[in-house]
Amino acid sequence: MSDMKKLFPIQHILGYVLSLLLSVVALSVVFLDMSAAVGMTILIISAAIQMGVQLFLFMHIGENGSKTALYTNLIYALFVGLVTIFGTLFTMIWGYQ
Amino acid sequence: MKWDEFFVTGEPMIYGAMVSIVVASLAILIGLTYFKKWGYLWREWLTTVDHKRIGIMYIISALLMLFRGGVDGLLMRGQLSRPENGLLDAQHYNEIFTTHGVVMILFMAMPFIIGLMNVVVPLQIGARDVAFPRLNAVSFWLFFAGAMLFNISFVIGGSPDAGWTAYFPLASIEFSPTVGNNYYSIALQIAGIGTLMTGINFIVTILKMRAKGMTLMKMPMFTWSVLITCVIILFAFPVLTVALALMMFDRLFGSQFFTMANGGMDMLWANLFWVWGHPEVYIVILPAFGIYSEIISTFSRKNLYGYKSMVWSMVVISLLSFVVWAHHFYTMGHGAMVNGVFSITTMAIAVPTGVKIFNWLFTMHKGKIEFTTPMLYALAFIPIFTIGGVTGVMLAMASADYQYHNTMFLVAHFHYVLIPGTVFAVIAGFYYWFPKLFGFRLNERQGKLAFWTIAISFNVTFLPLFFLGLNGMTRRMYTYSESTGYGPLNLIASIGAVGLAIGFIILVYNIYWSFRYAPRDTTGDPWNARTLEWSTHSPVPEYNFAIEPTVTGLDPFWEAKKGGHKLYQGKLEEIHMPNNSGQPVILAILFFFWGFFMVFSWWTPAIISGIGILIMLAVRSFERDHGRHIPVKEIQETESRLRGEQV
Repeated sequence: MSDMKKLFPIQHILGYVLSLLLSVVALSVVFLDMSAAVGMTILIISAAIQMGVQLFLFMHIGENGSKTALYTNLIYALFVGLVTIFGTLFTMIWGYQ
Repeated sequence: MKWDEFFVTGEPMIYGAMVSIVVASLAILIGLTYFKKWGYLWREWLTTVDHKRIGIMYIISALLMLFRGGVDGLLMRGQLSRPENGLLDAQHYNEIFTTHGVVMILFMAMPFIIGLMNVVVPLQIGARDVAFPRLNAVSFWLFFAGAMLFNISFVIGGSPDAGWTAYFPLASIEFSPTVGNNYYSIALQIAGIGTLMTGINFIVTILKMRAKGMTLMKMPMFTWSVLITCVIILFAFPVLTVALALMMFDRLFGSQFFTMANGGMDMLWANLFWVWGHPEVYIVILPAFGIYSEIISTFSRKNLYGYKSMVWSMVVISLLSFVVWAHHFYTMGHGAMVNGVFSITTMAIAVPTGVKIFNWLFTMHKGKIEFTTPMLYALAFIPIFTIGGVTGVMLAMASADYQYHNTMFLVAHFHYVLIPGTVFAVIAGFYYWFPKLFGFRLNERQGKLAFWTIAISFNVTFLPLFFLGLNGMTRRMYTYSESTGYGPLNLIASIGAVGLAIGFIILVYNIYWSFRYAPRDTTGDPWNARTLEWSTHSPVPEYNFAIEPTVTGLDPFWEAKKGGHKLYQGKLEEIHMPNNSGQPVILAILFFFWGFFMVFSWWTPAIISGIGILIMLAVRSFERDHGRHIPVKEIQETESRLRGEQV
């Protein structure tokens, strides 16, 4: 029984179901009638949860042996992610004539 | 859709291409059957998970694509060789410059570099294969499926014609109604997935599978450059994936991400494209820097000058490469603030690059330089690349860029960066590591002849374009009138292009000649080199190293040769190797058909192929494959055979 428990990828299935659920929540913003502010709030919150699902359930971030590698990776990823998002806003909207 | 829309019609050159494709395919099929090579092909190549063979397949594909992209280039130069030439019409010219760009960057430069990575990195770090050999095969076959899908576009349905950057709104379904840009979005997507997996694979390989004693700061410089490149791949390619998916939605399903109406934003495509595209430039240039570092160090008989500064400059380049992308569209209409910021970051990136140039010069300083073919490419790279770099800083100044933007000056600049930077490097690396793979060197005399032909013709082809650009000739114009005065310089450039073609022919002949006549190398170390890959036999046995090497410093093999260090401590043990598998190639065939049906919006067959892909993934998930073991006796036999002893 305990062997079967190890074989059954509970984390991945949970992650998969949660990802689907979060996608449906995000999609509801399009189909349900709501103000832009409420829609944005829902999107940002579900995006943040989605990030957690990816990091903990799929990428096993808690199981990493080397903390330096972990933090370097996270910082690099944050750097690229934030630069892409805010750089795009800067280039396409704030800095646009 | 009618059949005359399905096949491209009305172009004598395309008919010629169709006939030659059919003839070549028939010749291959008949040849394989006649010589009974189907089983060999399947067992030894199509199903292989060996990093060396996958590397060879990458490099062969890259050479084929170099030929294809080169023919595109020759056709363009032919069309522009004199005013109001009629070799190509406007539409055909548009398609050719588009495919030239895509093929050269994504299907020539990338696979050539990934091929060399595959061949060299596991050997350099003393590993027996990459971390995920099966995934590596999937990467290659997905790249190959994407490349083939892209290449058939010119006979079936028509090629993309909106430039290799595929800017919207031109690339939208409204302004490019043919299937050409569907090919672009889907073929690049399939190849891109393969590249992303390569990135992950090599990061894990380098971080987890290094030889005993090889700390990060004792890795060979090429391995360092590959590690950094893979990190950039990992973070840059998802942006392309998303952008291409949005493009596909826009073109196939009527979404409005990049349209000019309904809240769409056409320039957002350009923005996302270059968020990926600029790091991509460094993806193809950093491994080249690594190759040059190895070659310059080997043929100067000195260790690399400023190892730490080399590593740090690459780390800085990798970060800066993500903050310069808007310099590709200074004239798009954003304010002085945006242009100012991106001007400064762009000029900043020249600093770490300059550090590397000086390090190479100091490596050669007081060295015993040996002028072999790879070294000649490395030496030519430094001055030519510097011209590319200096004109790059000129383009980086936003206000000045308004003058050069989209002129031939820009075309000259990026060819001056990419050809000495990437093409010279991969050819140099090819010459340098060729004996490791095949057990003999390519003929040096022919190699040098090819080098001089290529290096001189390159300058004859691209130097005039700087002046044409400054005189006002824009890029991508398919013809010009005599009164513009562009004729003479264009003619010179076209003559240079013929020279480049001759250089390529000499290179191919050199490979053919050397296969037949070159003397075999029995030492495994024909260049008197420094790193681990040269310490094993050539050609390398499938398990790479009979005993895993132990390392204490940089250039371990050099130390070992001087008697200061024993590389192979310990005794022979059974070696655990992965099994071959036919699944990757089947998966890629399914991806190819899925892509093809998606391009033409044939939904039912597309869904069937899609289900096939899912089944293949499921099969893999539930498969149990523990690999196989090579017994000690077999290793001993292989080793003594490779040493040339009679068994």
